[in-house]
Amino acid sequence: MSLTSTVTDHARVITVNADRIDAAMAIQFKEDMRTETEGGPDRVILDLSTVKFIDSSGLGAIVASMKQLEANRSLDLAGLTPVVDKVFRLTRMDTVFNLFPSLDDALAATAGH
Amino acid sequence: MTESGKRGKFALSFRATELEARGGICAVAQELRLQGVSEETAGDIEIALAEAINNIVEHAYAGVEPGRIRVICSFQQSRLDIRISDKGVPLPAGELPEGAPAIITEDKQDLPEGGFGWFLIRQLTSDIRYDRLNGHNRLSMGFDLT
Repeated sequence: MSLTSTVTDHARVITVNADRIDAAMAIQFKEDMRTETEGGPDRVILDLSTVKFIDSSGLGAIVASMKQLEANRSLDLAGLTPVVDKVFRLTRMDTVFNLFPSLDDALAATAGH
Repeated sequence: MTESGKRGKFALSFRATELEARGGICAVAQELRLQGVSEETAGDIEIALAEAINNIVEHAYAGVEPGRIRVICSFQQSRLDIRISDKGVPLPAGELPEGAPAIITEDKQDLPEGGFGWFLIRQLTSDIRYDRLNGHNRLSMGFDLT
């Protein structure tokens, strides 16, 4: 399993047990995201702070994970490290997701709703 | 995996599978950092290198026994040249794809899940060239190190 998840009051928090989301793990990642996001809170936060590298296959897998959620649910991203942040910005995918500097920031945003 | 210890130039080769490609990409990125390339530039190079190598694994050797991929990195004053060769099928039409940016759609269900690779390569390299020579593909990517 590439992911671990916990449920807080308002969100499911998913952490990645790997330092890369690349072509070799993209399919596994997408499948594990499907399993981990079954049921639970509408808001899903993916904590990417352990991920030091992502390629376009990994990016595609995160987009696919968002698309496979029900329409009323959201996928927010937290803790983007420099390379991951760069790939999101260059492809303009930073405009598609809510991005937070850290998991704490993402959780604080929940409290503000 | 590293074949040449000469400072300023190193080469490696690996089989065109996803796992061996990961090993090769990581090895190059690590060597660049050891040779003093900044963290940010090494990150940019690793992204472009990964996209180029993944294309070979997914397309050049698609449906056939994975062949080898060879990577040669040479430092020249303030730039780095990376040459990647394989014996797979040529690029479509024998030339580099345009690498247009992916279209970010309003409707989330229409968002692209791929097609970012050549765009990223073009964004992160200072120059790029493709040659088909004697049954080999050769992709040359240049990076500005200043």
